[in-house]
Amino acid sequence: MTDTLIPFAEAIERYEPVIGLETHVELGTRTKMFCGCVTTFGAEPNSQTCPVCLGLPGSLPVVNRTAIEYTIRIGLALNCTIAEWCRFARKNYFYPDMPKNFQISQYDEPLCTDGYLDVEVNGKTVRVGIERVHLEEDTGKSLHVGGATGRIHGAEYSLVDYNRAGIPLVEIVTRPVTGTGEDAPVAARLYVTELRDLLRSLGVSDVRMEEGSLRCDVNTSLAPPGAPWGTRTETKNVNSLRSVERAVRFEIERQAAVLDAGGRVIQETRHLHEDTGTTTSGRSKEEAQDYRYFPEPDLVPVAPPRDWVEQIRASLPEAPAKVRARLRAEWNVSALEMDAIVNAGALDLVGGALAGQHRVDHVAGEPVVERARGDQFRDPGDLGGRDREDSQLGLGVVRTPGQLAQPPLAGVSRRRAGRDRVGD
Amino acid sequence: MELTRMTAAELSAALASREVSATEVTRAHLDRIAAVDDRVHAFLHVAADSALEQARDIDARRHHGENLSPLAGVPVAVKDVFATKGLPTTCGSRILEGWHPPYDATIVQRLKQSGAIILGKTNMDEFAMGSSTENSAYGTSHNPWDLDKIPGGSSGGSSAAVAAYEAPLAIGTDTGGSIRQPAAVCGIVGTKPTYGGSSRYGVVAFASSLDTPGPFGRTVLDAALLHEAMSGHDPMDSTSIDAPVPPVVAAAREADVSGMRIGVVAELGGEGYQPGVLARFAESVELLESLGAKVTEVSCPHFRYALPAYYLIAPSECSSNLARFDAMRYGLRVGDDGTRDAEEVMALTREQGFGAEVKRRIILGTYALSSGYYDAYYGKAQQVRTLIIRDFDAAFGQVDVLISPATPTTAFRIGERADDPMAMYLADLATIPSDLAGNAAISVPCGLADEDGLPVGLQVMAPAMADDRLYRVAAAAEAAFTRRWGHPLLAEAKGL
Repeated sequence: MTDTLIPFAEAIERYEPVIGLETHVELGTRTKMFCGCVTTFGAEPNSQTCPVCLGLPGSLPVVNRTAIEYTIRIGLALNCTIAEWCRFARKNYFYPDMPKNFQISQYDEPLCTDGYLDVEVNGKTVRVGIERVHLEEDTGKSLHVGGATGRIHGAEYSLVDYNRAGIPLVEIVTRPVTGTGEDAPVAARLYVTELRDLLRSLGVSDVRMEEGSLRCDVNTSLAPPGAPWGTRTETKNVNSLRSVERAVRFEIERQAAVLDAGGRVIQETRHLHEDTGTTTSGRSKEEAQDYRYFPEPDLVPVAPPRDWVEQIRASLPEAPAKVRARLRAEWNVSALEMDAIVNAGALDLVGGALAGQHRVDHVAGEPVVERARGDQFRDPGDLGGRDREDSQLGLGVVRTPGQLAQPPLAGVSRRRAGRDRVGD
Repeated sequence: MELTRMTAAELSAALASREVSATEVTRAHLDRIAAVDDRVHAFLHVAADSALEQARDIDARRHHGENLSPLAGVPVAVKDVFATKGLPTTCGSRILEGWHPPYDATIVQRLKQSGAIILGKTNMDEFAMGSSTENSAYGTSHNPWDLDKIPGGSSGGSSAAVAAYEAPLAIGTDTGGSIRQPAAVCGIVGTKPTYGGSSRYGVVAFASSLDTPGPFGRTVLDAALLHEAMSGHDPMDSTSIDAPVPPVVAAAREADVSGMRIGVVAELGGEGYQPGVLARFAESVELLESLGAKVTEVSCPHFRYALPAYYLIAPSECSSNLARFDAMRYGLRVGDDGTRDAEEVMALTREQGFGAEVKRRIILGTYALSSGYYDAYYGKAQQVRTLIIRDFDAAFGQVDVLISPATPTTAFRIGERADDPMAMYLADLATIPSDLAGNAAISVPCGLADEDGLPVGLQVMAPAMADDRLYRVAAAAEAAFTRRWGHPLLAEAKGL
């Protein structure tokens, strides 16, 4: 079935888009979120696994301290509030690439909340509100063999690689972005670009969209000016900056046609086809699963000490936007010229040339995160000779006999008012 | 003396002085298993070869003058819920038939390191859900006092093995009473340590916030020796408490209650409790007073809501914990004939692999966690849990330990409650509050009920990480009772 489309300019004349982005970032920790397995990309399938990340009966998770630290770095760089106390939750659903058939995630108690990221869009600053930054574990990867589309339907058989299962994944969720009008698709792309550059500068991830270490879900809705927001669709797993823009643009053209015809937009997930730039319907939200979230009883709450948070704050590098503004002033170039330099990926080259030293590593596309980690953000090290970053020392709630009287699960309901509002 | 009749403490001494070898001790217990286990059915798997190999190793090390720990050479039976490298681990379920874990549970690892001999894996209610072992997919275990009676559950294989002299020691898990209830109805000692006091790593989860591994022994001292060997902080379990193990062995040796303040829980007794159980409990109270304890009555008003709260929390957690049994990676796989997709294979496998009680609890828990019902069920149950914790806090502000009957009744007949889940659930009436609160509790034999001549357990409850108090009180009661009876209670067991 081909969707009817309305030309973009026409659609924007009649409707105002609201966009929202959920970005998943694989953290560049040396080991996985809840076990000591290493996270190297591209290893022999199922060679980086253990009882914990395979979800074998009896195994238990232990939180990776470095992953918490990286998430706090991200939260602080996005001007968020860092929770004094938060918990992990189980998101329950069945899928063969989920070893436990639940994902350890965060639900109504994320680690970071309420921040923003400023994005320059055609000379205007758009402040994108950040609702939350939370930490979860990645799933394994299914390879469906024999089908035409690479999807599970029609496949002869499927193979599962659990190397990715348990890699720490940060989810960054924006608030709805309004008022960008015809700039909405560009704004979406520039937000992800700015976020990617920020994450790279923080040294917390290699942010390679082509390897899936940064993935986006793009929400789009349309409504006539002044009317309440329309029903949103969610385009899943958008894997390039260009596709982010195309996904928003296509959804605006498609939804405008639906609304023009007097129809209603169905709340659903959609898949983007990189070849055509079009999206097709995935599973409908109306038959969406009930994830039966509840606080993860195998983990104690995480309570990052304030002095640790302040230490992390003090170690944050200058934000990319500030670096650009400073260099623009120093170099005395126009905004347009600066954009050209940035878009050409030549910021460091120009800077190096001006300083009389070429920093070719960056230009050559060497993974900056490796360098950064080697220099500054070396993982705090193995604890007690164990090959993992798992210590909860100094960040977990210490279980003393006195505190045991308040088990982690007691009295949870006061925080659950929003549980039906937060989507997947 | 016959080796299988000796306590673990006696065996430990005899092994240390080289009066007997670990191989002799192990062989004696394997022979006993061969002689009686067709009637008791305590074991799902007897690890004869690896046990003898371990024993030979201990003997060699002792021969070389190595300094060994107290349990070196003492056999231990292991509930089939603990992952054991290279030995089958079924949890009493068809769905795990044939699974050989590639790793040892932390506690199994610790027992091996301390030189304890792993005799084999004991029967249990499927995934630890039950009070009789009747929910095992591999047949029911029998009570050595009366083979027509249940040995309790879910750790009924472990309690039966110890009561039948097939093993001097055994480990189990207590989620709602699964150590104390089988200990009580088999006339032996069983402890639920403080939650977080013993590692859950490698213990196949039923209800994560409740599951607590603990020891069985024929004497209080034996249970204490095992308690000490298996406990302590484990960095692989986030809920493990990073504090020294309470001095349980020393407390069991002191066995002194003079000056202790003991509270009788008003709500755990009366209606629903068998007269013979209440009579033995009343006698225990008098006994403890005669030993110098100060006994008062204490009220814990919210305990009456413990059972319903438990039957929301435990099934909710189990519905999530048991989701991993889906035929994809290990265990049973049904219907994988090339015509069905993964989802159908998962459904068929779970349909055929799980028993009725497990399915009942998965459905209960799935419902209780569902959107729109969470606050009314799971959320509310957690609030009740907080109230129960507060009841304990208030009580422990007045007394050092609390006591009650361990179970409302003595061992019931096999089949008697099999079709009545509610009647089965009531077996854990007195034990569940300690699980919900996470504090420590023990069951110690306190006599035989007049009606049926079957053993009755006295439950002692202590605050979190005050597990030593359990052993102090239980050992004092045990010593006084044994003096009164002229022999250990178990000497009266005539089932075998």
